[in-house]
Amino acid sequence: MTEAPHIEVRDLSMAYGSFMVQHDLNFTVNKGDIFVIMGGNGCGKTTLMRALIGLQRPAVGTVFYDGEDFWQVAPEGQERLKRRLGIMFQGGALWSSLTLAENVALPLSEYTRLPAGRISEIVSYKLALVGLAGFEEFYPSELSGGMKKRASLARAMALDPDILVIDEPSSGLDPLTARRLDDLIVELRDSLGTTIVVITHELASILGIGNNSVFLDAETHTMIATGDPRIAVQSGDPRVRHFLTRGAA
Amino acid sequence: MPQDHDRRQWSLASSPMEGGGQELSLGGRWCLDQDLPAADEVAAGLGGEVRCLRVTSSELADWDSGFVAFLTVLCRHCAARGISVDQEALPAGVRHLLTMAAAVPEQKVGRRGQGSENLLVRVGTAALSLAHGAPEMLRFLGEIVLALGRLVAGRAQFRMGDLWLEIEEVGPRALGIVSIISFLVGLILAYLGADQLRMVGAQIFIADLVAIGMVREIGALMTGIIIAGRTGAAFAAQLGTMQVNEEIDAFKTLGISPIDFLVLPRIVALILMVPLLTLYSSFVGMLAGLIISTTIFDIGVFEYYTETVRALELKHFLVGLSKGSVYGAMVAYAGCLRGMQCGRSAEAVGEAATSAVVTGILLITIMASLMTILYYQLGI
Repeated sequence: MTEAPHIEVRDLSMAYGSFMVQHDLNFTVNKGDIFVIMGGNGCGKTTLMRALIGLQRPAVGTVFYDGEDFWQVAPEGQERLKRRLGIMFQGGALWSSLTLAENVALPLSEYTRLPAGRISEIVSYKLALVGLAGFEEFYPSELSGGMKKRASLARAMALDPDILVIDEPSSGLDPLTARRLDDLIVELRDSLGTTIVVITHELASILGIGNNSVFLDAETHTMIATGDPRIAVQSGDPRVRHFLTRGAA
Repeated sequence: MPQDHDRRQWSLASSPMEGGGQELSLGGRWCLDQDLPAADEVAAGLGGEVRCLRVTSSELADWDSGFVAFLTVLCRHCAARGISVDQEALPAGVRHLLTMAAAVPEQKVGRRGQGSENLLVRVGTAALSLAHGAPEMLRFLGEIVLALGRLVAGRAQFRMGDLWLEIEEVGPRALGIVSIISFLVGLILAYLGADQLRMVGAQIFIADLVAIGMVREIGALMTGIIIAGRTGAAFAAQLGTMQVNEEIDAFKTLGISPIDFLVLPRIVALILMVPLLTLYSSFVGMLAGLIISTTIFDIGVFEYYTETVRALELKHFLVGLSKGSVYGAMVAYAGCLRGMQCGRSAEAVGEAATSAVVTGILLITIMASLMTILYYQLGI
């Protein structure tokens, strides 16, 4: 992994009205990282994700992508930066009126000049990559929770993004399916060099795939640790160790 | 007959201890099926000099959540007054539950819905909400106008297939309900006219009343209201559900305009289909007038037809069709606006659908009034 700053979060604070969700967040995601945003329920992980991907303007602070200030560039620049991101939402967020093939094909038909036949090939390849070959004509309502997540991952990868942002990949999945999804994330990073940001509180995922992380604390409403979660569990902040050992430490 | 909860089965006794402490002995049954004492009153009864409270329960026969809740509140009051509470003499289960309840401190997030707001506050809140809502409505209108401009220029992120699906949904599938309502409204108009015109022996003019009434006003108005209830609510519910499922966020993160992709097909479909439904509604209403006039009021079919053709002019059709287009646009605007503004819960989807219907009918009524005045001034 190359240690070059890819995403830099500087003095970031997010709020809903007068309620401060998180404040003074400062951390860096390097190229090729599997970066975990972790913390207990309600600590603001998804809110941070929304600020990272441009869905929610931060109250204070900003996010840099390769040195470019996301919240300062013009709307066209923001759209360009967004196209470097692939997002897998917590519930999948597949477009319910479109088939899986159409879901994956839509970004390709909007942003490339590829002919329909080529798009169809890429769609089949992306769905095969997540183990959904043959499900092209299925609608999201016909899939299980795990299949929806994998299909959402295929859509997120449609434009070969530099950065994949994955919200709660394991939630609601049985342990084996969750493990397969974790393995898939690591394979994507290793084979494509994609930087991956994972929002999760699943310990198996945090310690199994993460090599960098930030820990958000629900009580103090700010980050209390950043770095490799496997080191944090050994010698990090006591509150982080308490979390990562399910209260044993 | 006395109820269980009328019988006091619990006991509470307080006695001083050496060293400025107080002992609280709790006995009997402390269960929710009876009136338990208020913990704040018990705490208030402790003398100001008390620094330590020992709670004992050697005579305790039975307890449930009522007992733990009493002790939780008592401990909170004591903590506020700096009194330490000795819980060692309580049952182990009770001590564990008290520890669990106190493990996570109360979050200072501000409680919601506390106390009743007075009229002035509610009026102020409603005014502020309106002040915030008006720019939002204008911004959404501006986005739609820009999207329509992109559509005309051929640059909209828009799938023709979606437009056809919407056209099918809002047009042909609405024919049933439009037929029933329009037929009944035509029938009412015919009876209403017959009752008045019979007095002057001019029953033949039922045809004029029904034809001009349906084509100029009632056809468009009834179609608009039907579409507001049927299609406007559906638009809000569909888009609201997409908000809940983060589908609209997925569009935004891909740089695809949800206005182009989701709102535009719905608006265009209604602008195209409502005038056609208005025309259909007018003909069904006139058909009802014909049936009633010929079967009940002894007017000949040819006579009724001739009078209808004589009464109708092109301008009546143009007025009706223009109103239909505007009402269609209003319903689509209200439905899409409320859907895109929807919160992220099932309750919010319901509110969005209700609000879409109310806003749609309100906008239709306002536009109907304005257009009626305008056409009157223009002599159309």
